[in-house]
Amino acid sequence: MSDTAPQPTTAAANPPVQPLESNLLPSDVVRISATPDVPQPTRQLTKVAKLIDVSKCIGCKACQSACVEWNDTHPEIGENIGSYENPHDLTPDMFTLMRFSEWENPATNELEWLIRKDGCMHCEDPGCLKACPAPGAIVQYSNGIVDFIHDNCIGCGYCVTGCPFDIPRISKVDHKSYKCTLCSDRVAVGQGPACAKACPTKAITFGTKDDMTALANERVEDLKSRGYENAGIYDPEGVGGTHVFYVLHHADKPSIYSNLAENPRISPIVEGWKGVTKTAGMAAMGVAAAGAVLMGLFTRNKVEPEEEEAAERLVQDREGI
Amino acid sequence: MHKPLYSDPADHIESTDPVRVSRYRGITRLNHWVTALSLIVLALSGLAFFSPHLYFLTGLFGSGQIARWLHPIIGVVLFFSFLLLFLQMWRLNLPKPEDTTWVSRIGDVATGHEERLPEMGKYNAGQKFIFWAMSVLIVVLIVSGIMMWQQYFAGLVSIPVRRVATLVHALAAVAIILVFILHVFAAFWVRGTLRAMTRGDVTGGWAWRHHRKWLREVAGRSSKGPAE
Ligand code: HEM
Ligand code: SF4
Repeated sequence: MSDTAPQPTTAAANPPVQPLESNLLPSDVVRISATPDVPQPTRQLTKVAKLIDVSKCIGCKACQSACVEWNDTHPEIGENIGSYENPHDLTPDMFTLMRFSEWENPATNELEWLIRKDGCMHCEDPGCLKACPAPGAIVQYSNGIVDFIHDNCIGCGYCVTGCPFDIPRISKVDHKSYKCTLCSDRVAVGQGPACAKACPTKAITFGTKDDMTALANERVEDLKSRGYENAGIYDPEGVGGTHVFYVLHHADKPSIYSNLAENPRISPIVEGWKGVTKTAGMAAMGVAAAGAVLMGLFTRNKVEPEEEEAAERLVQDREGI
Repeated sequence: MHKPLYSDPADHIESTDPVRVSRYRGITRLNHWVTALSLIVLALSGLAFFSPHLYFLTGLFGSGQIARWLHPIIGVVLFFSFLLLFLQMWRLNLPKPEDTTWVSRIGDVATGHEERLPEMGKYNAGQKFIFWAMSVLIVVLIVSGIMMWQQYFAGLVSIPVRRVATLVHALAAVAIILVFILHVFAAFWVRGTLRAMTRGDVTGGWAWRHHRKWLREVAGRSSKGPAE
């Protein structure tokens, strides 16, 4: 007999050695792409979160390596194009990427080297899931994790269109969409994400959303006491908050961190496309089809025998027969 | 030789007793049916992505992946196939003064009182509307569709542009399906029309009733055989 895994509250703990049953089940799903009226689970998992403290990151990319190793992806060998970023963008084989930017602080005239770990934010209100047309290709668990179920993915790229953070990438090999899973397979057995476990400076920490928020607040206080007046938390309200969130030393200017979105939300165009367009479109097509069938059944426009005769006379006159 | 105003040079009287008027050559009919089939395949595969309630339509194609792969490819087929039809038909679909009268008496059109309508050339205002609506919508669909096409054009436009393209594509798709419903309905409702696209000809009575100006022009030159 094996026990059920605990809900993880940290990535620092070492894995238990006995076999454990998964604690992240299909029945814990609260949202399913292209599926209205999902039956709501009977239990609520503790909301989890990954906190990325940008001020502590040294850009070593241990998290990227851990991610590649755990997810068994095989990114292509990179090329140096004069940037520390490697690869140069997120790819279907690279779910997280350290983005480097050089920023001249106008207040101090000093050059700051800003390093941000990019990847899926695990939005509370995920645009990818909203846009997805394939039932069951994207799910959201009650602990906040947004996961792609590749068996159901059709590779249309609508998640790319829906995501406010430009995260999902479609594979040219199997034509399915890939992104960070928040290590849902590790979380299921009581483990924190691989990146958080690998980070040598604890710039990445993992736990319950409440714990992580408390930690983030502590960090912000500390940064403020060191002169970073604008230090703050990036947990954007526009997408209902996220389950991967940042501590930024310049929280008033997210865009200096390699174009981190200022006010992310699901685009109103995407909302309109998936909302009123669908309802009104289905209604219009249904009414038109039904109307055509009814009018076709009950009325017709028929040629009379006199009209055939008239045509005969016309043609014979003209032809001079 | 000047071009006829209300008919295609190839239209001709096939027989006089009973009267049969040739309306479409075999190659044009084939062209039409390739276009029609493409449009149906596009509507069925596209609608599968349009609504979760219609996702089951992917079953017609084997799987969602296959439907996703096939849809834009058939889109390109549709575009070129329709282009050929367009080149053959655009001239006779240009607006004429009698079209205004026809539209203003749309009630008589719907109740089949054709005797109260002006005489029409090869196409009436309704047919012209369908022609131009299809032309515009197919251009909108191919342009927006290519912007959405992940497999070959993933980086073509930025994500904000792709959002607009997707919305436009969905709206244009609904519009073209409505036009398609109207087109198919009209072809059935007006009895004797379908054979123009199957056998290629229509009866004299049909031509007299619905397109008398066309019939007059074709009959007028038919003793000399197909014109030019
Ligand atoms: C003319 C060339 C066309 C191209 C290149 C094209 C391309 C596309 C692409 C790339 C998609 C996304 C799904 C996928 O990747 O397969 C799509 C979706 C769609 N297409 Fe097309 N398409 C074309 C014509 C049409 C036509 C004629 C119709 C309607 C009869 C249509 C209806 C749709 C619909 C309803 C959707 C789903 C939109 C949504 O999810 O809201 N398409 N098309
Ligand atoms: S960041 Fe993008 S991919 Fe991740 S949950 Fe939000 S919308 Fe989906």
